[in-house]
Amino acid sequence: MWNALKSMWIIFLHMFHRRVTVQYPDEKPYIPPRWRGRIILSRDPDGEERCVACYLCAAACPVDCIALQATEDEHGRRYPDFFRINFSRCIFCGYCEEACPTDAIQLTSDFEMGEYDRKNLVYEKEDLLIDGPGKYPDYNFYRVAGLAINGEGGKNKGEAENEAPPVDLHHLLP
Amino acid sequence: MSELAHTWSNVVVILIFLFSFAALLSWIERRLLGVWQDRYGPNRVGPFGMLQSVADAIKLLAKEDWIPPFADKALFVLAPAVIATTTLLAFAVVPIAPGIGVVDLNIGLLFFLAMSSLGVYSIVLGGWASNNKYSLLGGFRAAAQMLSYEVFMGLSLMGVVMLAGSFNLRDIVAAQEDLWFCIPQILGLITFTVAGIAEARRLPFDLPEAENELVAGFHTEYSSMKFGLFFIGEYVGIILISAVMVTLFFGGWLGPLLPPLMWFLLKTFIVIGFFILLRASLPRPRYDQLMGYGWKVMLPLTLVNLLITGAIVLAWGL
Amino acid sequence: MTTIHIDSRPYTAQDGDNLLQQCLSLGFNLPYFCWHPALGSVGACRQCAIKQFKNEDDKRGKIVMACMTPVTDGARISIDDPEAREFRASVVEWLMVNHPHDCPVCDEGGECHLQDMTVMTGHTYRRYQGRKRTFHNQNLGPLVNHEMNRCIQCYRCTRFYRDYAGGRDLDAMVLRNQVYFGRHEDGILESEFSGNLVEVCPTGVFTDKTLKQHYTRKWDLQTAPSVCMHCGLGCNTIPGERYGTLRRIRNRFNGAVNGYFLCDRGRYGYEFANSKHRIRQPSLRKDRSAALQSAIKRDMLQHIAALLSNGTRVIGIGSPRASVESNFALRTLVGPEWFYAGVSDRDGRLLASILDILRQGPARSPSLHEVELADAVLVLGEDVTNTAPLLALALRQSVRRQPQKIAEKMHIPHWNDNAVRGAVQQERGPLFIATVAGTKLDDVATQTFHAAPDDLARLGFAVAHVLDSSAPPVLDMPDALQELADTIAEALKTAERPMVISGIGCGNRAVIEAAANVAWSLSNTGHPAELCFAVPECNSLGAAMIGGVSFESAFETACNGAPLNDNTAGATAETSTDVAADFSVDTVIILENDLYQRADAAIVDRFLAAAKHVVVIDHIDNATCARADVVLPAGTFAEADGTLVNNEGRAQRFFQVFVPQGDIQESWRWAQDIMTITGSGKGQPWINLDQVSAACAAAIPLLQPILHAAPPADFRIGGQKISRQPHRYSGRTAMLADISVHEPKPPEDPDAPLSFSMEGYLGHPPPALIPRFWAPGWNSVQAVNKFQDEVGSSLAGGDPGVRLIEPVPAGKAEYFSNVPIAFTRRTDEWLVVPLHHVFGTDELSVLAPAIAELAARPYLALNPADAAELGLAAGDESRLQLLRTNGRTGYSLPVQLKSELQRGVAGLPAGLPGLAGINLPAWGKVTRLGIGMKQGAPP
Repeated sequence: MWNALKSMWIIFLHMFHRRVTVQYPDEKPYIPPRWRGRIILSRDPDGEERCVACYLCAAACPVDCIALQATEDEHGRRYPDFFRINFSRCIFCGYCEEACPTDAIQLTSDFEMGEYDRKNLVYEKEDLLIDGPGKYPDYNFYRVAGLAINGEGGKNKGEAENEAPPVDLHHLLP
Repeated sequence: MSELAHTWSNVVVILIFLFSFAALLSWIERRLLGVWQDRYGPNRVGPFGMLQSVADAIKLLAKEDWIPPFADKALFVLAPAVIATTTLLAFAVVPIAPGIGVVDLNIGLLFFLAMSSLGVYSIVLGGWASNNKYSLLGGFRAAAQMLSYEVFMGLSLMGVVMLAGSFNLRDIVAAQEDLWFCIPQILGLITFTVAGIAEARRLPFDLPEAENELVAGFHTEYSSMKFGLFFIGEYVGIILISAVMVTLFFGGWLGPLLPPLMWFLLKTFIVIGFFILLRASLPRPRYDQLMGYGWKVMLPLTLVNLLITGAIVLAWGL
Repeated sequence: MTTIHIDSRPYTAQDGDNLLQQCLSLGFNLPYFCWHPALGSVGACRQCAIKQFKNEDDKRGKIVMACMTPVTDGARISIDDPEAREFRASVVEWLMVNHPHDCPVCDEGGECHLQDMTVMTGHTYRRYQGRKRTFHNQNLGPLVNHEMNRCIQCYRCTRFYRDYAGGRDLDAMVLRNQVYFGRHEDGILESEFSGNLVEVCPTGVFTDKTLKQHYTRKWDLQTAPSVCMHCGLGCNTIPGERYGTLRRIRNRFNGAVNGYFLCDRGRYGYEFANSKHRIRQPSLRKDRSAALQSAIKRDMLQHIAALLSNGTRVIGIGSPRASVESNFALRTLVGPEWFYAGVSDRDGRLLASILDILRQGPARSPSLHEVELADAVLVLGEDVTNTAPLLALALRQSVRRQPQKIAEKMHIPHWNDNAVRGAVQQERGPLFIATVAGTKLDDVATQTFHAAPDDLARLGFAVAHVLDSSAPPVLDMPDALQELADTIAEALKTAERPMVISGIGCGNRAVIEAAANVAWSLSNTGHPAELCFAVPECNSLGAAMIGGVSFESAFETACNGAPLNDNTAGATAETSTDVAADFSVDTVIILENDLYQRADAAIVDRFLAAAKHVVVIDHIDNATCARADVVLPAGTFAEADGTLVNNEGRAQRFFQVFVPQGDIQESWRWAQDIMTITGSGKGQPWINLDQVSAACAAAIPLLQPILHAAPPADFRIGGQKISRQPHRYSGRTAMLADISVHEPKPPEDPDAPLSFSMEGYLGHPPPALIPRFWAPGWNSVQAVNKFQDEVGSSLAGGDPGVRLIEPVPAGKAEYFSNVPIAFTRRTDEWLVVPLHHVFGTDELSVLAPAIAELAARPYLALNPADAAELGLAAGDESRLQLLRTNGRTGYSLPVQLKSELQRGVAGLPAGLPGLAGINLPAWGKVTRLGIGMKQGAPP
């Protein structure tokens, strides 16, 4: 009985406390930069797609809401032919970003994605791809990795980070 | 003629006031809960969200009025009407202020007890007619709860009757000119409060509804305005219990400076606020605890109260 | 069996094996790179280091390489020893020093042995900051992708390619720390086993180039146990599917059949299933002059019902590339007396003869694994490299059997690969190859003999006569040939496991009978021999068991109106189709068969035109479909279940990998649907494959064991089916979200104990149901270790498949006695014999773009002397005029010179696109095209 009265008193005193409610959307809350909101695909500093379609994000996704298909352009650069995220399934856990070896997939601080039609929550690559490098301005996977890329702005073997010039096969022949 | 006109105007004004206040009460309750839980509550519709109850009413009216095919149709329709009718009828005897009130019955208190006891039929019938296991369980609980709490609810008021020497509510108010009965009848007040909450099925004694265990208890199957009637019935019930409490223990309209009507409304509102505070702060007891509490604590307490009051009245010959 | 102590606990181990193999067999996770169960140990990578102690009191021990250390009784070793662990971690670290930073774009990622081993040893952080050595890659052709920077120098590739598979054009080029595995210059890898580099390479140096076109990670592939469709050996495969298309084929280990390897035709031929030539919708035409139009299934079936109603005569033509069940369902639909085998008259007779020989003779048909164990082999008339490639790979291992004894005498354990090869040098066991033209195996042969098919048969008969004088003698044998026969007989007689290999490759029955005589004469004289026949298609033997005379007899039916199903061959097609006007067959139902591949176009044209209605059930839009009135879409091997019987007589079940879109369904289901709608056939409709198999087993006693080829559809482990999708299958809720956000329920599978879902039993299923090889920590193909009782031997629970044919005791069968007369050269006429090509002669695999790129182009092979006489040089256009009365006879072909061809014999690559439907051998005239033109011959 005493407990009940005491708790009633405590609750009553809450009348004089500050309210914790933030009056969204009149008042926009502070969103930290590492907020896990809408997922985007970024581009490297050269403006090329960062995603190399390695499927790691899809594998890491606990709700399996990422589907993609890898393909290769004429220069030997791998990229996703299609890249689909079903946001009606996404739980914004950020595992995809953690798994991404090229910093391509990133979660942003945008969370205002409400739709009346579930179908509109299925985002294709053109909905996901942004024009900038996102949170990581400098990283370029193809500059680091020892993979040859043909064509303009490409690089050959031995031109990646910490690589010696390629061995001339003719020196090895008897 | 003027007598009749006076009564009719009383009826109409009280009715309108009751309905609108009951509707507003749903908003007040939510706002108060918000205050006590450090948040806002409904604040979007109209000034301070006051039109929220209007929006809710429109929504309720616009909803599909659905009668489940498996329900007992006649009873299903009857049940919500019963509660609204009985609580409103009970209000007829409440003396709001001198000259304001529907009737002045010399057995007013008994009438109130009778009406409020009839209200439970609504719950039981609704639960039964829905033909749904949750509703049925809710109905059972309501029946059992009413049975146990009705007993000491009546008894707890007998002390007041002894002191006032009348069942007429206006006489009882008049008898508190010197001292509100909440002082001598403190035990009666406590037991009546508990019984009143149980009667109005308010938290923490809302076991027939118990939305976290029984979906929505007796009104699980109800929709649209039938549900609305239950809803109105509940809020009018709160007002009724508060008003009766004010009448019996807090001197009704009595008070200095302000006009009697204002005193009555103010006191009633404070009691209602207290009820809402109860809801905000206390958890719902388990069902067996509720029953045990009623029979083992409250009933003996009222009997003791009756004994002491009787003894004092006898000794002092008041 | 002996006892060894690993980390102070006793275990029983196989004596004479190496410690690495034993540790793995006992279930320990010991990292390794260069060791391979099929290739043995060389101790190149230093990864499997463990600590060995002298005795119980020895606390210091010494680090040894597990793969190079034999199991000795009471050996005490430690895998967990901190020093050994540290050693292994540092080995991986230095192997990774030059490894590029490209796992995300590496096709091996997710099933990389190097990744697995790096994780297993705990090397997680790269300390080396210096510059990495790099190499340029090579273009190795359309099958294998080369990415040399990823190499860790384990030498597995060259050891497989050169030592195991006999390739010559891939080697290690080494200077200091610069080790390069590749060719001397860019170019297509010559070996037909090059695809195995993909699985042999522990990292991503060699990857599947066709997979790269539609790349999918291993964890995203829906897989099921399957059987290869591209030759008669029945190698076990694991096809993988994603987004409704077939992505790749991986080897499915079967200790008795293909072991660890596949040929390139089998590995890369799968793309026909994704081909634009696939039939995906039912189509029909009511009027022959109109084009086929797609129709819905119900209308289609009603149309067929109308065709088949009121007592019309319906005949069915089966197929050796369709499953036993599909053939049987068609047989049930049309009735056994109206069911014809889908092979040419020639092939039908040869296959029936093979079946008789295996069923009635004393010689056992060996499994591929047993071919590896043979220590003296005679190959008679079959170019196995091109008709049954993995048989050739097995033969390359068999020539190492006898020399193995040299190493044994020197107490070198068989797994110590380098030491064994050093001891053996160039020594090889007896392998005699008698074929019409040179074969790729000739380089390991003891002696080769190239002649016309009849002469090959005569050699065989002569060998048999030498072995057992009661076998029919060969008259007029030249001395040189008799000497060869004596040598062969001697080699076979002194061997422990002699074997004779033949097949229908040269289209000569005498060759097959000669091979049987050799094997039987060995068996009858107390040298139990094995007799292996190569058959051309995946279910050639199964279809032969179901019976029915060849479809060319259906042409005969067309004339006479009476079935000829008494297993005596009717007249050949050439003589019978002129009277098409009297055709008395109303409807022909053709099952998964392109008749144009088997008989001459003109004959098939006339046959199909004469039939009132032609119904084709097939998955590829071929020439026969183009002439059909009704085309029903059948499932390929990846979209259907069924049983196939391989050349050994082993029945193996293949399981559906994915559910095709639209109306595509199993051929037997089409047959069932037709029976249901017409109310014909048997009583209760079949609702799953097991019921068809059961009906088939009941009707054909020889096929009784197929019921045990795999567990039935209601088989469950712990109440669960086995999942076709790995537990890390991705994209489940997104892959179809562009069509609908409401995810469909996974498809049901009434035919198999496998589910089209990630849900299901995740442990080790029975061997016939293994959908993929994966074990915790072992994502690569090396996980197969975990599925074997003894690493490298057979799958735990026994290798899948059941043998249908067992030999009868010696002396029961009578020798064949019709010895052909020696081949004599005719003037101006050549005996045209079939030549085979691993890429090109198979009808389905050439539809795969990568295989098509490698496929041989049509040519005419001549002996240089013959060519010179005709005034032809290599590359000249020649004209071949086949001497037959019917069908197309003239072909213009460029000339190739083959000096091993006997004079008077010409070789024609049968079955290549453009040369399909020619039944060889046949006589023909060869002229220079220019001359022919001048004389006004038909163009």
